[in-house]
Amino acid sequence: MTESDTPLLDELESGPWPSFVTEMKRAAEDKPAAKDLLLQLERSYVDRIGHWKHGGIVGVKGYGGGVIGRYSDLPEEFPAVAEFHTFRVNQPSGWFYNTQKLRELCDVWDKHGSGLTNMHGATGDIILLGAPTAALQPCFDDLAEVGFDLGGSGSDMRTPSCCVGPGRCEWACIDTLELLYDLTMTYQDQLHRPMFPYKSKMKISGCPNDCVAAIPRSDIAIIGAWRDRIRVDQAEVAAYAQAGLDIAGEVVALCPTACMTYDAAGRLTITDAECNRCMHCINVLPKALRPGVERGATILVGGKAPIVHGALLSWVIVPFMKIEPPYTELKELLDNIWAWWDENGRMRERLGELINRLGMRSFLKAVGLKPLPQMIKAPRANPYYFWDPEEVK
Amino acid sequence: MATRTDFGPPYFRDMLPPVIQKNYGEWKYHERIKPGVLKHVAESGDELWTVRAGSPRLVSTDWIRDVCDIADRFCDGYLRFTSRHNVEFLLADAARVEPLISYLNEHGLPVGGTGHSITNPVHTQGWIHCHTPATDASGIVKAVMDELFDYFGSWRLPALCRVSLACCLNMCGAVHCSDVAILGIHRKPPAINHDLVRAKCEIPNVIAACPTGAIRPDPKTKSLIVNEDKCMYCGNCYTMCPGMPLADATGDGISIWVGGKVSSARTPPKFSRLVIPFLPNTPPRWPETTAAVRNIIETWARHGRKHERMGEWIDRIGWERFFDLTGIEFAEQLIDDFTLAPETYRSTPTFKW
Repeated sequence: MTESDTPLLDELESGPWPSFVTEMKRAAEDKPAAKDLLLQLERSYVDRIGHWKHGGIVGVKGYGGGVIGRYSDLPEEFPAVAEFHTFRVNQPSGWFYNTQKLRELCDVWDKHGSGLTNMHGATGDIILLGAPTAALQPCFDDLAEVGFDLGGSGSDMRTPSCCVGPGRCEWACIDTLELLYDLTMTYQDQLHRPMFPYKSKMKISGCPNDCVAAIPRSDIAIIGAWRDRIRVDQAEVAAYAQAGLDIAGEVVALCPTACMTYDAAGRLTITDAECNRCMHCINVLPKALRPGVERGATILVGGKAPIVHGALLSWVIVPFMKIEPPYTELKELLDNIWAWWDENGRMRERLGELINRLGMRSFLKAVGLKPLPQMIKAPRANPYYFWDPEEVK
Repeated sequence: MATRTDFGPPYFRDMLPPVIQKNYGEWKYHERIKPGVLKHVAESGDELWTVRAGSPRLVSTDWIRDVCDIADRFCDGYLRFTSRHNVEFLLADAARVEPLISYLNEHGLPVGGTGHSITNPVHTQGWIHCHTPATDASGIVKAVMDELFDYFGSWRLPALCRVSLACCLNMCGAVHCSDVAILGIHRKPPAINHDLVRAKCEIPNVIAACPTGAIRPDPKTKSLIVNEDKCMYCGNCYTMCPGMPLADATGDGISIWVGGKVSSARTPPKFSRLVIPFLPNTPPRWPETTAAVRNIIETWARHGRKHERMGEWIDRIGWERFFDLTGIEFAEQLIDDFTLAPETYRSTPTFKW
């Protein structure tokens, strides 16, 4: 019996959850880069520190982003990962595939790269992990041949993503899949050629459940919404009650606006004018309750992770907008937002941080939006506010 | 040959299964049949069955071909992935659901991750492929999910539970609104390499990158000085300049954050809050981290009410009770002193003992 080169990682092959180490070993059977990646990772497990050098600019012809440079800091020991660059490949809307398309992708990646991928990265792209510099252009050419384009990186519009939407979900108040495809195609230049102060993320969810986490992690969040009444099927309400669901306790008592009643006759009544469309009752009773039919989206901006000045959740700037092809109103808004940010943003200043610095009032004025109570949790509690001298005459 | 550019992703409509093509946007309702299995019914009466399975996120092309083989065998060649790295098999034929589940179980693809379960953790690259990590990613997720495996394929929790991991404060994947977030942190200021700073870095950009203004130029050395009292080890300067490395085997480790949520159901989205400021990096199985996550989740599972997310449970009982029930020691690092700190202090004498 030969002693393993990777005793620490081998321990992560046991246990019931699928093992990434097993995946690395499978790729390592015929890919020297995957083998050296495994060995370098084992070294990190011993040293308790990463072994990748800082950054590095690489790319393919015609693109300013989409490929991330990565170099080992132990290239003599692990020569097959001396250059180990990442492709971000733009995923199809809703991550829908057929097996033929996925196999074509695998064939290209087996030919040029490590055979290792993430399905998918957190932003939404297909991540192809690890190819040497010389392989980048040929790999991209072959990806293009089978219809896969690059995603975003650096100070550009990052690859947008969306939830499963009307492909499967009855709660989708907008066609997230088609809108995502349209915006991705409209903004190819912004996606592929970094020209902004910093990254700009956009995500689309079909309802306030927000399955792609648009509000916490995108500069521009488009969330499906309805404006009329929740559709109620009283027979199905009764069927849930019959089946033992505690409608008073699990649904009515948990309604955040107390806009529902459930009477002794088993009738669920919703005062829709007081409903804030949180989705809880619909989530619990999907067969009995459905979003209304007058549909559009709420648009929020400014969300981000901590770097540089702290994490932010996106803020409502448009309570309701109709979202229908060719999406002219939405695109005009996006263009105005990006233009203001581009004009005023400092290097590495995200949209939310710029709004914080210059003020929400300036932002709303610049992009031509009227202030509305739906935008705030509460009005200010301090007396430090400005007047335009023109208003004081 | 001129290189083709800007042609965009494959068009999703070309890859939708026929039952979706036919019923696109015409779904009426769905049923949660059992953990990992959804049944959607269209206005037409057609059914779409979904079987969700966990993946290790870092997968070989062999694995992708495996799931393609499964999709060919059971789903006429169609499948999708979720925003949390699960793979979903889509079927129009109810009779093929149970054979598919048996096949997945036999082949090590766990079925679950829907409803009141712990679904697949979103995570970052860690030591596998990142240049700024304070910890690994895939290894900790594997260790945590081995530990909490039973919660992936069952509905034994009060509500759904999102566990996420980011290997540094950049938070690729934005874990900051998770029920339980595992976050890699540094604890030592950058060890400045002045030669690298002089050769490779734009000094004003490095200074501007510091959120606490801890970095200033040093005219004498034509490099930089860090006021170590003001440095909170965020790594921004290193992102801008390779001469400012923070990674350190003793300094680096893990912090645990809880109570965040993304959806607006019942309550608005919330940030996760720091509850454990540091746990050591202990590969390959990070026992301190897995034990801490299990303790938090099982304490919530014992005390939370039905439909109550981790953060909603904590809002109801109060943070003081959370520390009491979990037995987690309240560390001084939990008191905020960054920009919005006063919002987190208590201004009422109404609290619990």
